[in-house]
Amino acid sequence: MLVLITYDVNTQDAAGRKRLRQVAKQCVNYGQRVQNSVFECIVDAAQCKIVQHELEAIINKEKDSLRFYYLGNNYHTKVEHIGVKTSYDAEGVLIV
Amino acid sequence: MRHLLNTLFVLTEDSYLTLEGENVVVLCESEVRARFPLHTLQAILYFGYKGASPALMGACASRGVTLSFLTSFGKFLAQACGKMQGNVLLRKQQYRLSDSEHDSCQIARHFIIGKVYNCRWILERATRDHAMRVDVARLKKNSLQMAEILSQLAPCSDLDTLRGLEGKAANFYFDVFDELILQNKEHFYFQNRSRRPPRDNVNALLSFAYTLLANDCAAALESVGLDSYVGFLHRDRPGRASLTLDLMEEFRGVYADRFVISLINNREILPKQFEQKENGAVWLNDEGRKAVLSAWQARKKATITHPFLNEKLPWGLVPYVQALLLSRYLRGDLDAYPPFFWK
Repeated sequence: MLVLITYDVNTQDAAGRKRLRQVAKQCVNYGQRVQNSVFECIVDAAQCKIVQHELEAIINKEKDSLRFYYLGNNYHTKVEHIGVKTSYDAEGVLIV
Repeated sequence: MRHLLNTLFVLTEDSYLTLEGENVVVLCESEVRARFPLHTLQAILYFGYKGASPALMGACASRGVTLSFLTSFGKFLAQACGKMQGNVLLRKQQYRLSDSEHDSCQIARHFIIGKVYNCRWILERATRDHAMRVDVARLKKNSLQMAEILSQLAPCSDLDTLRGLEGKAANFYFDVFDELILQNKEHFYFQNRSRRPPRDNVNALLSFAYTLLANDCAAALESVGLDSYVGFLHRDRPGRASLTLDLMEEFRGVYADRFVISLINNREILPKQFEQKENGAVWLNDEGRKAVLSAWQARKKATITHPFLNEKLPWGLVPYVQALLLSRYLRGDLDAYPPFFWK
């Protein structure tokens, strides 16, 4: 299924900037970066729990937030992109 | 049931693959061309010459992603293998059976029955679907002869007779193969099978499809813990993945040949996507390879009902399921190896 992960990490202090880097690094392991703090991840239910757990351990719940949008298996009709930075279809044909 | 994951094809010749976190990164002149999370991939097929980093090979091996290296023409070079998968008892049983000619024949026979049955069905299907456009009488005649061979295969108990019967069936099949091609006849025709090198467009396509199929079959066998080099019908020869070739027999017709034919008949591949070399060899060019690979991926996702398991699954998992059934037979959980009968 497709899960959209977005985050807001407070970067006012050095610790915040460190958390931001860690969250981004963890997200990129699971999916593609479609915008600066927005990731599209193709994961199954178990993998989704793992990434949630990992991200929860990084953020500071007082200052930052995480959002998960579950778009299911038939997500193709639910996503529309306009403008620059086109993404790839993770379940389509991957030819580089 | 296992999930069918995606395959990454790297066709850019001067690209280099590296690992970054959990991602495979495609570098082109030290610039990131693309990155893909490893957990969404089942295999990486690399058609280049620069290679991949050892870290990536390790990561692929430990996560069960098959990383294969091929020349830019699609000839198989090598595969990165990690620790052996599966258990040693199964492999030892495989070696034991393979040493005995009698036991080998029991299994080999089923591969060939599957192959002849499936090829016969391809001919039968053509007479049914395109009765107006093919030479029905000729197809029916050859199909009948293949049916006869099928009945001789069942009691067959030595490998040489088996090979003889297989050759006969293959002759009947390839004799009318040209009939199945319905479009672009002046560019796509089939006289006989030529390989190393393929000498016409259809043979070039067949060879490429067989390479892709071999790659999928080898990966399937290795992932259930069998040794893809120790075969039953194909005897041991250094450097030859005999069991892969054995398993491929039943899929050649239904998987690869039908794939090639539908590519041509649906005009998904065009004469301009081929290149002729000075020595008469015919190869697919970049554009052609891309067309074939995208169609191959699409074919893998199409669902069918597996005749033995009676379960719906994508085509891409069929070699894996057959490998699994083979290992069940070797272990003694099944009385005979059930070949894949296509309808």
